[in-house]
Amino acid sequence: MNNQKLPALLAPQTNWSERVTVALVRVAGYLSIVFVSLICLFLLREGLPALVNVPLLSLFGTTWYPIEARFGLLPLLLGSLTVTIGAACIAVPLGIGTAVYISEIAPQWAKETLKPLVEILAGLPSVVLGFIGILVLAPALRRALSLNTGMTAFTGALLLAWASIPTIVSVAEDALNAVPRSYREASAALGATRWQTIWMVTVPAARSGVLTGIMLGIGRVIGETMAVMMVTGNAPVMAFGPSALFSPVRTMTATIAAEMGEVAKGSTHYQVLFLIGIVLFVFSLVINLTVFYVGARHAARKQRLLS
Amino acid sequence: MRRALPILLLLCVSLFACSGKGSNTDSSGATINNNIQNSGSDTIVNLALAWAERYQKVKPIVQVSVTGGGSGTGFSALINGTTDIANASRSIKPEEVALAKQNNFTPVEFVIARDAIGVIVNPANPVKQLTMQQISAIFRGDINNWQQVGGENRPIVRVSRETNSGTHVYFLETVVRLGNAKDTTIFSADTLLLPSSQGIIAEVSDNPNAIGYDGLGYLTPQVKTVAIASAEKTPYILPSIESVKDKTYPISRDLYMYTRNQPTGPIKDYIDWILSPEAQQIVKDLGFIPNVSAP
Repeated sequence: MNNQKLPALLAPQTNWSERVTVALVRVAGYLSIVFVSLICLFLLREGLPALVNVPLLSLFGTTWYPIEARFGLLPLLLGSLTVTIGAACIAVPLGIGTAVYISEIAPQWAKETLKPLVEILAGLPSVVLGFIGILVLAPALRRALSLNTGMTAFTGALLLAWASIPTIVSVAEDALNAVPRSYREASAALGATRWQTIWMVTVPAARSGVLTGIMLGIGRVIGETMAVMMVTGNAPVMAFGPSALFSPVRTMTATIAAEMGEVAKGSTHYQVLFLIGIVLFVFSLVINLTVFYVGARHAARKQRLLS
Repeated sequence: MRRALPILLLLCVSLFACSGKGSNTDSSGATINNNIQNSGSDTIVNLALAWAERYQKVKPIVQVSVTGGGSGTGFSALINGTTDIANASRSIKPEEVALAKQNNFTPVEFVIARDAIGVIVNPANPVKQLTMQQISAIFRGDINNWQQVGGENRPIVRVSRETNSGTHVYFLETVVRLGNAKDTTIFSADTLLLPSSQGIIAEVSDNPNAIGYDGLGYLTPQVKTVAIASAEKTPYILPSIESVKDKTYPISRDLYMYTRNQPTGPIKDYIDWILSPEAQQIVKDLGFIPNVSAP
């Protein structure tokens, strides 16, 4: 009798719990979309009035001095770009080099030590990085390069490169690991050296993963605040060209962090800070879309090759 | 760093506060809030903290939580209702009073101490004295080499607090603009804007090119304080309690606390105590100048 009843009892129960689970997962999924759009709306609502209240021309001015209502965003944009490009120039070669070494060259024991070490590096809080920067790196750089001051874009770029290398390494290394063994064996069979195999077969095959790593690393650099605020000197100067790397700069993130606590809610200064937030948002959106596009293109190509 | 410090301080104070009670009831049955929130100026934060600690012994039932963030931050908190007493190293701006009125209260000002601002250079820098005009020209960006003011052939690196600091605003008005309200000059764009007093001391004590400024209470032996003359022919004066009191040292200012409306209850008691000789002695101990009007 029990045996006969069991399926009848089980069926609605399974159905019920399944329904709840599906509903929960669905709500979770939709919630993240809701949150992102709410954040987006909030940013736009608080930031866009700045475009009305501040003449467009003065937003493209070259002086940032908010307490006298001078809201030129160009020095901040240039500051962020200088630090980001500088950090990328240091972090990308080092990051890819480390990933290649760990995945392709290192003996097993080195692999097992290096990977966790890199991941620990990723967990370093940026305030700690900033402390190291302000007490050790900045004075050392000033003496070594005989600069006027150690608080420069370059100091920030070095620290941020350090902060972003772990991201680049772990994503790129995963991608390199995912390249099928047969690729390397085929390359070796054709008489290619180890270097030729790495450079012309393995890395190109893992290209989309490596690029994703680079983009995520750069994303971290643009969004980094604390370490940058502590070491770049925060002077809103118009810095161009390679010499800009060795002058103090003020980044967009440091500006928001340093000034948001002080502004009266709803004031023009407050709106302009949110406008800077929108610009940063657009930056990271572009980076994410690029990652998505690169990934999607690669997937499409794989499907074509396999079919 | 600036964000982290106040939180740390808050933790310290709340440790002291752990033993006390949050609120109690007076004879009429109304609840009295014995938690006093005190935030604002980073210049005052150490002083406010010392007061809060001592007040624990005077009146154990009252807990005072102190946070920094800058004078502007304190006023915002007062206006938004998240603090009871705002510390400020500048007087309140008309805009801020207007915002307070919108929130149905009138800020009341108390002068709690005086502070001198020292102009500091690296100990290796031979320059010992400057006139106000020279300092103004340096921070405007008109003088760019130490040779022009009697030093070595070195570039000048200007170091300042961030724009949300009351010290920054005071220095701009009194020194850079030499007190001329119509002047609209601002700091030279390449002035380093550092988020904390510690950052300024760190940079000036390390860099022989640097010139900076900071409240007297923050100056350490690792930096050299410059003697200042208010004009070409007047004597050069170092900041000290005496030179601030007799007003011969030109860069000094009042430090304030602001409350929402005329304070009552524990907040009034606290401010009365701060203006007492016992609390004003702490002012002296921390390197500030006691309130001139205090007994």
